[in-house]
Amino acid sequence: MNPQDKFNWLIGGIVCLLAVASLIGWILRRRVGEGQSSAVIDNLNARIRAWWVMVAIFSAAFLAGANATLVMFALISFFALREFITLTPTRLGDHRALSVAFFILVPVQYWLIGIDWYALFAIFIPVYAFLLLPALSALSEDAENFLERTAKIQWGIMITIYCISHAPALMLIDIPGYEGQNALLLFYLVLVVQLSDVLQYVFGKLFGKTKIAPVISPSKTVEGFVGGALSATLVGAAMWWITPFTPLQSAGMAFIIVLMGFLGGLSLSAVKRSLGAKDWGSMIEGHGGMMDRMDSISFAAPIFFHLTRYFFEP
Amino acid sequence: MWLSNLLIATVRLLVGATPRWIGCEPADTQRIYFANHSSHIDTIALWSALPPELRSHTRPVAAADYWGTGKLKRYVVLQGLNAVLIDRNRAAPGANPLDPLFEALERGDSLIIFPEGTRQCQPLPGPFKAGLFHLAERYPAVELIPVYLENLHRSMPKGTALPVPILCSVRFGAPLPRIAGEDKQTFLNRARDAVIGAAQ
Repeated sequence: MNPQDKFNWLIGGIVCLLAVASLIGWILRRRVGEGQSSAVIDNLNARIRAWWVMVAIFSAAFLAGANATLVMFALISFFALREFITLTPTRLGDHRALSVAFFILVPVQYWLIGIDWYALFAIFIPVYAFLLLPALSALSEDAENFLERTAKIQWGIMITIYCISHAPALMLIDIPGYEGQNALLLFYLVLVVQLSDVLQYVFGKLFGKTKIAPVISPSKTVEGFVGGALSATLVGAAMWWITPFTPLQSAGMAFIIVLMGFLGGLSLSAVKRSLGAKDWGSMIEGHGGMMDRMDSISFAAPIFFHLTRYFFEP
Repeated sequence: MWLSNLLIATVRLLVGATPRWIGCEPADTQRIYFANHSSHIDTIALWSALPPELRSHTRPVAAADYWGTGKLKRYVVLQGLNAVLIDRNRAAPGANPLDPLFEALERGDSLIIFPEGTRQCQPLPGPFKAGLFHLAERYPAVELIPVYLENLHRSMPKGTALPVPILCSVRFGAPLPRIAGEDKQTFLNRARDAVIGAAQ
């Protein structure tokens, strides 16, 4: 099967899945009855509607090629950083550092992927940006909460730009026999992470009893995690034909993606709570903000990228 | 107008400018929106938060001594925003600086004004200037809508040239009631409190 056929099968499968989800949402809504409302079911239907839009945008960028995919992820980073900085207390003295983060770091990080310069891509933010940005803030001569301010801005940049950019960076890896198909690897990552989130949500709603971390994330339960993680791992294994992996390797990779995604959701919930918010924003109907959808990707992408690069690039 | 659309798209990309109708609904009645002022993008943020059909006859009021100078700035505010220019420095001694505003209200347009007269560095508004009082007295039928612009002082504080993308919301409060016989200062304080009230 050529890559285009694989892509068509994937999109076809996802559209069928969403159609089934919409049908279930519609039936559940009808069972509640006219005029009455159920917050959980209304939110479920809002989420499904938003999924249609997200799948449409993602597929369109994919079909338009590698550069369009990079632009899409650059915009995702931009919007995610905007949400992060909105919730983070900043001062006038941070203005220059923040301008650099939004208008220079975001485009440069994705441009480095576009021109295939892996060595600089990997260190541009941790070395250059993390040293120069605090210096810019220091030059504004505002020492109040300096360490807290710079630490929060660095964390925001690390998660929203550096970590998220590792998803499209999968296109940089040269795997023998897999040339020209790296976009499918990106699709695989996003599919496994998001399915894992959805399945954990579904299992949690159906069977969830034992809370894992009630203070940080009240909706995460042991039953939801185990059910969602195992089923997403199985789906990941079944998707081996779009990856360079064997079915067993694919199961292992999917499991690591699922685990990192879970830890990302948990850690960023803690960040969100320490900033005093329930949702990162309101950009995506039913889901919250961009970061509410990207939190799992931000942890899963760098690890998946490096494991693939280490084991599958000669 | 392509320039209006470009300005609105840019402001939405940078700061979102999500409308929150807390005390009133968007309606086609003649209104004066008065808001706190902390950045150069306040006007476009408030303007883009209005539904398009209201936007076409809601005109921001801008200072002639800043926005009226220079061809580009003048073109942007007059063509892009359909603004009414006001002479803050009373350059022509005999003329009432509010005349252009009276004219716009006579024509049935709504207005956007920033009664502090200048940008503040803090989140809450400073004391209001008298213009709003005179407009309210002369046009008792026009609704007065307090608006709080949240977070814009963080996005583009006074003294900076580039806005930082930070999500801002535009919070519309309940119409300010008229109280017969109220003196100027009491009215202005009450109007300022209404803007602060829309912040919560």
